[in-house]
Amino acid sequence: MKYTTEFRDPAVAQKLLASIHQTVAGFTGTMTLMEVCGTHTMAIYQHGIRSLLPESIRLISGPGCPVCVTPVDYVDHAVALARRPGTIVATFGDMVRVPGSSSSLLQEKARGADVRVVYSPLDAVALAQKHPAQAVVFLGVGFETTAPTIAGSIIEAKRRGVNNYFVLPAHKTIPGPMAILADDPQLKVEGYLCPAHVSAIIGARAYEPLARDHRVPCVVTGFEPLDLLQGVAMLARQIVAGEARVEIQYSRIVKKEGNARARQILYEVFEPCDARWRGIGVIPGSGLGIRAAYAAFDAARQLPVKVEESKEHAGCLCGEILKGKVTPKECPLFRTACTPENPVGACMVSSEGTCAAEYKYGT
Amino acid sequence: MKSDIVLLGHGSGGRLSHQLLDELIVPTLSGLGPREQNDSAVLAHGGGRLAFTTDSYVVDPIFFPGGNIGDLAIHGTVNDLAMVGARPLAISVGLILEEGLPLADLKTILESMRAAAQKAGVAIVTGDTKVVPRGKGDKVFINTAGIGVFDHELDIKGSGARLGDKVIINGSVGDHGMAVLASREGLALESDIRSDSAPLNHLVADLLREAGSAVHALRDPTRGGVATTLKEIALQSQVDITLEEAAIPVNDAVGGACAILGLDPLFVANEGKLLAVVAAEAAGAALAVMQRHPEGQGAAIIGEVTGASSGKVFLRTAIGGRRAIEMLAGEQLPRIC
Repeated sequence: MKYTTEFRDPAVAQKLLASIHQTVAGFTGTMTLMEVCGTHTMAIYQHGIRSLLPESIRLISGPGCPVCVTPVDYVDHAVALARRPGTIVATFGDMVRVPGSSSSLLQEKARGADVRVVYSPLDAVALAQKHPAQAVVFLGVGFETTAPTIAGSIIEAKRRGVNNYFVLPAHKTIPGPMAILADDPQLKVEGYLCPAHVSAIIGARAYEPLARDHRVPCVVTGFEPLDLLQGVAMLARQIVAGEARVEIQYSRIVKKEGNARARQILYEVFEPCDARWRGIGVIPGSGLGIRAAYAAFDAARQLPVKVEESKEHAGCLCGEILKGKVTPKECPLFRTACTPENPVGACMVSSEGTCAAEYKYGT
Repeated sequence: MKSDIVLLGHGSGGRLSHQLLDELIVPTLSGLGPREQNDSAVLAHGGGRLAFTTDSYVVDPIFFPGGNIGDLAIHGTVNDLAMVGARPLAISVGLILEEGLPLADLKTILESMRAAAQKAGVAIVTGDTKVVPRGKGDKVFINTAGIGVFDHELDIKGSGARLGDKVIINGSVGDHGMAVLASREGLALESDIRSDSAPLNHLVADLLREAGSAVHALRDPTRGGVATTLKEIALQSQVDITLEEAAIPVNDAVGGACAILGLDPLFVANEGKLLAVVAAEAAGAALAVMQRHPEGQGAAIIGEVTGASSGKVFLRTAIGGRRAIEMLAGEQLPRIC
């Protein structure tokens, strides 16, 4: 924990803040920085970082919460699988509360479906071995961070001869939507706090086209408060100097070239496909589908179920919030119809969602 | 999506639990308002007062580092009586056993209950045993009720916090919740996190003897953790409370496990902790008496009552930022990445 404490030192925080204030002292207008990762969003709220920054720096949250960007029809598909006799749905925690069109996995669990929260996809493989007569479906949600471990679980299931383990894939890759949002004239994103865990896999080099072609400075930033303050300081310096480069603040973990071994495992099992993002729409090549060689583990192909006709909830502004165009407080449902206990949209569900963070920590 | 059925989150001790209590259970069973709800009911009797409480224990796993469901049940009930300032007198024990539970396990649990009761100085005086078919229960459920008496005239309640009061906790937060989570199937954390399950009545007796009428509110931050409990006190007392993150004791292992799982230790359950809201002028003495007690060696002043009306809780973060603290919403769930 000492390792963490060092990145929460108040004296160092004050120095970084002084440096940020100094950098933007002569800057006129507002500097809009987008944090792309849900864990960043939560950390920014948790440490009260907005309350410390100069007024000219505006932090907005982007589409970096994997639960939030998962479209409602995927949840409906998972609900249909949970209702399928002889099926166990295994998932990371956040997904169980996400509302589908008419139900959620939590509701289905309360009605008798076998829905298990697991901490690792390998736990789901073990579950499949323990229950050979049942189909165990793991919900493959997440970015490049979780995709390699889920790919690894499929390889491991194949190795162990576990033929009742399946993955319902909805993985996404992060640079695609960043490029789209960078070009959105309404948003005017002037700098990206690039995600930490994702970048450990894909490497900081993945953002170079973004900085070069879209002229947006990118700083790969860690999750501790001092990481975030330093990331903001580095972005502010680039913006004031009129530069657009990729820098790594989180150098203790992230390298330019990323983790080649993890990417090799990832692309052994998955291949790029078009993916629909809640609030953004279909982004070509931004998803990860299971390759034909591993089709036996693909729940979508192997376990046909009737999925209800999906419908988005009227009035829910999750889509605009995910693009950073609207803040939670500007959504008419926020704190009224939409609360963490009775969420209407995914941004309120995930512990890393912008609305959940605003609800939990906002002043 | 408002639920028409009971969800696990209704038992989390957080906002969903409060909704169920405030909208269905309490209005149907009694007319008690939220401001009057405390850990024990206080009943006038023969010119004196009695404290009366009940609780049920459904923990999984039933054995965890630092305790088991048996001593947890005794500690929890003793503590509920202590949190209104009562001296625990007698406890009842209702056992609901699932067919197939090894008798050796039951014996271990019962022996732990006896030892816990002895330590707390409370008698187990009545009980009941039922057995349900395999699959209809989860090994063992325990229901308890407790009766306490008052040796003083003090009126300690959740609505008692006043402007300027200090908030004291008797040690590190989140130990019980993380010990239980860590010992559940499938989560292998290499650490020695132990539950803080303990009786707090002797500590409270010392505190009241030393600080007396300066003690305005006491509550044990069990389900929902320190955050939810302080929010309850703030709402009941109609005050604002500001916490200092740097002052809140968190064990390294608990803090590390929370960081890995994306959980906030302020929302994690405790079973041997109390929050005392004490008049500022007596806070130093109250802290000292707690630190002298075995159950309060890690005691610290973690915040104060900073406003008089709105029922909000704020945290000044370690780096100097400020944020609000709300009740736990549903269950705390580990993050996805």
